[in-house]
Amino acid sequence: MSNGKKKNALAALCGLLFAFGLGLGGMTNPLKVQAFLDVLGKWDPSLMLVMGGGIAVGFWAFRAAKRRAHPLLGGDFGWPRSTRIDAQLLAGAAIFGVGWGLTGYCPGPALVALGAGRIGPVVAVSSMVLGMLATQAVTRQRGRTTAAATATTARS
Amino acid sequence: MMGFTPVGSTLGGLVLGVAISLLILFDGRIAGILGRSFGARGAELSWRLYFVGGLVVGGLLWRIASPGVFGAASSTGLVTMAKGGFLVGVGTTLGNGCTSGHGLCGISRLSPRSIVATLVFVATGMLTVAVTRGRL
Repeated sequence: MSNGKKKNALAALCGLLFAFGLGLGGMTNPLKVQAFLDVLGKWDPSLMLVMGGGIAVGFWAFRAAKRRAHPLLGGDFGWPRSTRIDAQLLAGAAIFGVGWGLTGYCPGPALVALGAGRIGPVVAVSSMVLGMLATQAVTRQRGRTTAAATATTARS
Repeated sequence: MMGFTPVGSTLGGLVLGVAISLLILFDGRIAGILGRSFGARGAELSWRLYFVGGLVVGGLLWRIASPGVFGAASSTGLVTMAKGGFLVGVGTTLGNGCTSGHGLCGISRLSPRSIVATLVFVATGMLTVAVTRGRL
């Protein structure tokens, strides 16, 4: 098995695991996500534990990864290059939060929820893709391609 | 599924932690969901396709094993779903990250950028729900 194939198999396995964890944690239920965001109502803090559990494991892995020159399967680490906290980051995060609150879906759980066979997640995912494409087109037009290029490792 | 679920949510979080750990240690990738998939080429595109494929297949498996994880049919209208989804797409592209990229991976590597982004989107998410549910 070539390293490329191993990497693809790893990505698929991690996608499966991720879907398992999201479902187990309650993230695939938009009403539960909104209950977490509903601090002034009947607040359900469960999702803090999802994030806390993920970070408790991830912290050690990222610490170990930072000390390595290369990932175990070769190639290079795709560390984000941007460290600036600028208006674009703040605006993006703010807009993201509004959409998250309205729908109860962020991108990962929305993709998993496609499996539910309901119309809601299909609408949510297609609108997310539209929003991404529109934003990419606009930022490209404004000549912010440098920002986009540094974000080949971008997370979403 | 409604109400506080400390055990399931903690276990779910630990599983997510294992997934992001495998990705960074073995392939050097930060678990982003949609990211810059559009316009990505080569290995950068292929891991994303396999990762997203795993998410979707995982959803189908959930449907067979325990469809309750998707919750009760949401009362959110489709127009709100479309508007909100669009904003998520815009925000994730402008802010270079989402709940997974910033919230899980970014905070795990103690990135100040991600910590700020996470605080901001949780805050505006809370504000949005407070407004739509008439809590203010």
